[in-house]
Amino acid sequence: MPPWICIALAALAAYRVGGRKIGLLTLFGLLFLWNLRLWQATVETLVLVSIATAAALVIGVPVGIWFALSRRAWRTFSPVLDMMQTLPSFVYLIPALPFFGLGAVSACFATIVFSVPPVIRLTALGIRNVPGELVEASDAFGGSAAQKLFKVQLPLALPTIMAGVNQTMMLALSMVVIAAMIGAGGLGRAVWQSIQRLEAGAGFEAGIGIVIVAVILDRVTQALAARARPHGAA
Amino acid sequence: MGRISLEGISKIFGSNSATALGLVEQGKRKSDIAAACGAIVGLRDISFDIEEGEILVLMGLSGSGKSTLLRCMNRLVEPSCGRIVVDGVDVTRLGRKDLLAFRQKTFGMVFQHFALLPNRTILGNVGFGLEIKQVSARERVERSMQAIELVGLKGWETKYPSELSGGMQQRAGLARALAADADILLMDEAFSALDPLIRRDMQAELRELQRKLKKTIVFVSHDLDEAVALGGRIVLMKDGEVVQIGQPEEIVARPATDYVERFVEHIDLAAVLRAEQVADRSAPVLAPTQTVAEARTALGGTNGGASGGASGGSWLVADGDGRLVGRLFADRLASARPSETLAGLLDLGLPVVPAESRLDTLLATVAAHESVAVVGRDGRLIGAVTSRSVVQALAARPGTHGQPKAGAPILSKPSGAPTWSGTSPNSPSTRSATTASTGSPSMAVG
Repeated sequence: MPPWICIALAALAAYRVGGRKIGLLTLFGLLFLWNLRLWQATVETLVLVSIATAAALVIGVPVGIWFALSRRAWRTFSPVLDMMQTLPSFVYLIPALPFFGLGAVSACFATIVFSVPPVIRLTALGIRNVPGELVEASDAFGGSAAQKLFKVQLPLALPTIMAGVNQTMMLALSMVVIAAMIGAGGLGRAVWQSIQRLEAGAGFEAGIGIVIVAVILDRVTQALAARARPHGAA
Repeated sequence: MGRISLEGISKIFGSNSATALGLVEQGKRKSDIAAACGAIVGLRDISFDIEEGEILVLMGLSGSGKSTLLRCMNRLVEPSCGRIVVDGVDVTRLGRKDLLAFRQKTFGMVFQHFALLPNRTILGNVGFGLEIKQVSARERVERSMQAIELVGLKGWETKYPSELSGGMQQRAGLARALAADADILLMDEAFSALDPLIRRDMQAELRELQRKLKKTIVFVSHDLDEAVALGGRIVLMKDGEVVQIGQPEEIVARPATDYVERFVEHIDLAAVLRAEQVADRSAPVLAPTQTVAEARTALGGTNGGASGGASGGSWLVADGDGRLVGRLFADRLASARPSETLAGLLDLGLPVVPAESRLDTLLATVAAHESVAVVGRDGRLIGAVTSRSVVQALAARPGTHGQPKAGAPILSKPSGAPTWSGTSPNSPSTRSATTASTGSPSMAVG
């Protein structure tokens, strides 16, 4: 698929989600990256970030629900989450290598471990912050635990969960340069190579590319989160 | 047995509940139990019945356990001991699944802060209980719309809760409870978050709905005026115990403890008292078949207007079955020929009110017509509410001013007071005796 079609589609999608401003931002940002001959690298980075984010959500949302409903689980595993976020991200590369070897899979694994805590935390937070009276209302009308979760708790926690998605994506993106050290492609590799070859200009270009991708992803997911917010709430 | 029957309900918060329950049984005080084992007694040995179709108000200050008690009824709060029997089913013994089904079928709940889902329209919120019951989408919309119309929210069903005022949101909350078709409504401080004017409207509307739908309503409130306005029995609670149960007028007339007395001190008596309690039962009642001469003898030495509370100088006239015929003004009696029968002299324009109407609704009528006849459910005349009997009743607040004079049947059940309806209207002589002792017009009224 030629890049211009991809760019047009991405801009249209961003416009539908976030309005004209974000649509234009996406359009010109991606065109600029294409112009810098970084299109291929940008796509690779986006794929890595998307896969890592999707996996983080698949793991993080159910775990977050579990933490929200079980006080004991929350107390037990909360320190683990703290550790996952405070360990230097290089450390995650170590266990990944013997299992998956050098390459994109290891890079993806390390990225997931690094970026999953926010979605767990914010899912748990969102569910716990659902007003007690609303939860009680579900109980009072004879709702089962599943009905309570899917009709009351998750819908009301959705804005908070979306904030978690946004955070997770940003963290995944911040891992791309580090992931490049064990063989991931994309913009991260461009930065890593230019560091090794002392090509300041190329490195700067790739760095700007990461910033542009970050801004676009951030704005689009924030717009999604805003749409998840209940009607009339600020 | 009533619709809901509470038998010895206690609730202990905190650990050590077994020890604490033992101490409760020994009758230890709340503070002693807290000191002994660190547990808080939320409710202590509460037993009473709630009748089918009544509005029962659980009243007390915050921390008195009223909301906890309400939540024990559908086991949102597990009672530590005791039984709750609803429609013959022991709720405390239901398993998890049966309990959910029982809640769906039997209980609707209305919350203080409405508890509407902000991400759903009013229609979606009202249909929530039906959705839980897995009613089909079409039927859900249909029944939700009926409930929405019932509470007067038609036209607002596509709006979100944040677009509605507090009063309207609570209507939606009420509609949600009604749509689920449960016939016991549990209302937890349902109107406390509303401003006073709206609150009064909602109270009146709830009574109206109750009359129409015959739901059994358990209403939690900290506001005695609200409890009185709802018009049902009141269960007064303090520190997790029931202090007094009764009709509002009973609680005001005979407070069980100093605490209750302080609670009811500032209540508007006119809103509590019923016409039958204010009515002067001691005034002589004449029969239409009597002649003027007989009537004059029967009234004896008393001269018109000055006695018996028949102010404005008139007497009630009733037939042999105790049914009101009219009233006779003193001046007509004075100017009539002695052989005339009373039937021809009567004024028939006397307003009549049922025995259970509240005094505050009568005041304007009493002011305009001098006296108002009070008639019981069986159609028999009970007595007359006159401006004098009103003033006497209002002056007789227990604990503030003097006790009512003997013979004036204010604030007391008719047991001791002379009842009129059973005796023959042709023998008012016994009545005259009571009348005389009731006092002169100069009797102090506070």
